[in-house]
Amino acid sequence: MAFDKMELNDIEVWDGNFAAAQALRQCQIDVVAAYPITPSTPIVEGYAKFLSDNYIEGEFVMVESEHAAMSGCIGAAAAGGRVATATSSQGFALMVETLYQASGMRLPIVLNVVNRALASPLNVNGDHSDMYLGRDSGWIQFDSYCPQNAYDLNFIAFRVSEDHDIRLPAMVHQDGFMTSHTAQGVTTLTDDAAYNFVGDYKPMNDMLDFEHPVTHGVQTEEDWHFEHKARQHNDLMTKVLPKIQEVFDDFEKLSGRKYNIVEEYETKDADVCVVCLGSSVETAREVAGEMREKGIKAGVIGIRVIRPFPFEQIRDALKDIKAIAALDRSSPNGAPGMLFNEIAGSLFNTDTKALLSGYVYGLGGRDLTKAHLVDLFTELQANVDAGKVTTPLQQFIGVRGPKLSYL
Amino acid sequence: MLEIRWHSRAGQGAVTGAKGLADVISTTGKHVQAFAFYGSAKRGAAMTAYNRVDDKMIMNHEKYMKPDFVFVIDPALVFTTDVTINHKDSTKYIITTHLSKEELIKAQPRLEGKEVYTVDCITIANETIGRPIPNTPMLGAFMKVSKMYDIEFFKDSMKRILAKLPQKIVDANMVAIQRAFDEVK
Repeated sequence: MAFDKMELNDIEVWDGNFAAAQALRQCQIDVVAAYPITPSTPIVEGYAKFLSDNYIEGEFVMVESEHAAMSGCIGAAAAGGRVATATSSQGFALMVETLYQASGMRLPIVLNVVNRALASPLNVNGDHSDMYLGRDSGWIQFDSYCPQNAYDLNFIAFRVSEDHDIRLPAMVHQDGFMTSHTAQGVTTLTDDAAYNFVGDYKPMNDMLDFEHPVTHGVQTEEDWHFEHKARQHNDLMTKVLPKIQEVFDDFEKLSGRKYNIVEEYETKDADVCVVCLGSSVETAREVAGEMREKGIKAGVIGIRVIRPFPFEQIRDALKDIKAIAALDRSSPNGAPGMLFNEIAGSLFNTDTKALLSGYVYGLGGRDLTKAHLVDLFTELQANVDAGKVTTPLQQFIGVRGPKLSYL
Repeated sequence: MLEIRWHSRAGQGAVTGAKGLADVISTTGKHVQAFAFYGSAKRGAAMTAYNRVDDKMIMNHEKYMKPDFVFVIDPALVFTTDVTINHKDSTKYIITTHLSKEELIKAQPRLEGKEVYTVDCITIANETIGRPIPNTPMLGAFMKVSKMYDIEFFKDSMKRILAKLPQKIVDANMVAIQRAFDEVK
């Protein structure tokens, strides 16, 4: 190979951004088209540096906006390259129009989304507003809770995304600053092991295959549009989760690290359970352990794959829980939260008598403390003891001023 | 769990210092976490950085912390911010200042009755590295106060972490670390 390999320690102290950049290096991305934005900037900076230091054979395309960044990625992927980029927040929002193009054209692009609040007011810190904005875009969405996940899920995302049965783009999410700028121990793969896990990219219907010319980005009206959309949805509903499970299994064989579509923590005998995303999952696990010492049977469910939504896995994981809290780190702006709605949908039509309540927390990077979670688990136990939800269905955690609650 | 809060100005190297410390500790088999509060911080703005160290996997991602150690690497921050926030009885303070400990406590009564160590990291950095980057000297002082590692082991580890810098700068940092180790009171 014409590029240099890098010797890594078994454990490196990396933040989530650098972990993702290293994964992109080890996957040997052909093209990164990027317009940097806080807090995701170091991912594409890292790729550019590895490229100029001859650790990658590829191309970095500097563009004038995030819309152009994703457009460049779409062009490069349609041409037949392995493609990735990164963005956050306002940049993600500007990309949205092209996200639907990427998934509709069935192009296996990996987008690292370092989750950040959406303006207005402007805020560079982490919440899940941008992640939630992408959830109907037809992409696969993986969620990291720590830098190790941000590293591992990039390899997994390429494997799933590029599979010829899937051919759908994937986002790897991590929490802005709380994961992206937090350095922790990351257990590494060697360059060879990492690349072999992902494998050589085998394009399908690539435009540069002149023997088999194809058209990308076509127009279809009422004659065919619905069939295309239905087929994409069908593949998301039926093919993607089994493929992810298969790749998770292979990754465990390689690394010893086990990932699950729904990550259950102490749920088997739990009375009360928190369902959340991102770095909050790990904090909630720590608090659940402490609640058990106080006699409250607490569990935590982290959702590893947000899209396609693991409807059946969530339903099964929650079936014997007595009180559930759905934690949304994005303002629902006039509705219950996304997780509240999805969980309610999963449990409806089942025999469960679970008490479900929703919480909005952590907007614009506001801290979710262990003390908040202690109060939350205590409130859920009070619901169990009373046999009904004792609070309004939607509450806000950690916002200043009079306590806010609705429904 | 060992928890450290750094008080710094953006550009003085608190984040690099926190990550460097985490890197050294990680090589000894412990679990580490290093992070900071940024906001839209401009160079010179007051900021905080944090370390967590534990024997088991660190799952806590809250920013709230009752620190075991507080490092203040800019001498004015003792007066312009509350470096004693979220104090607990066992919290130890290592503060960059040209004042004596008595003068410092007299000037900032919040430090009264607390375990305070002083060292002039700014002067040490200026005289060794040639720039007022007080992060590595603070770690030298921390090694003395905490007795965490043998100073030679720590310096060898920092040499590896600073390896991408010019040799002259690496050497100057080693002198700075040793001086702060020797001079902290």
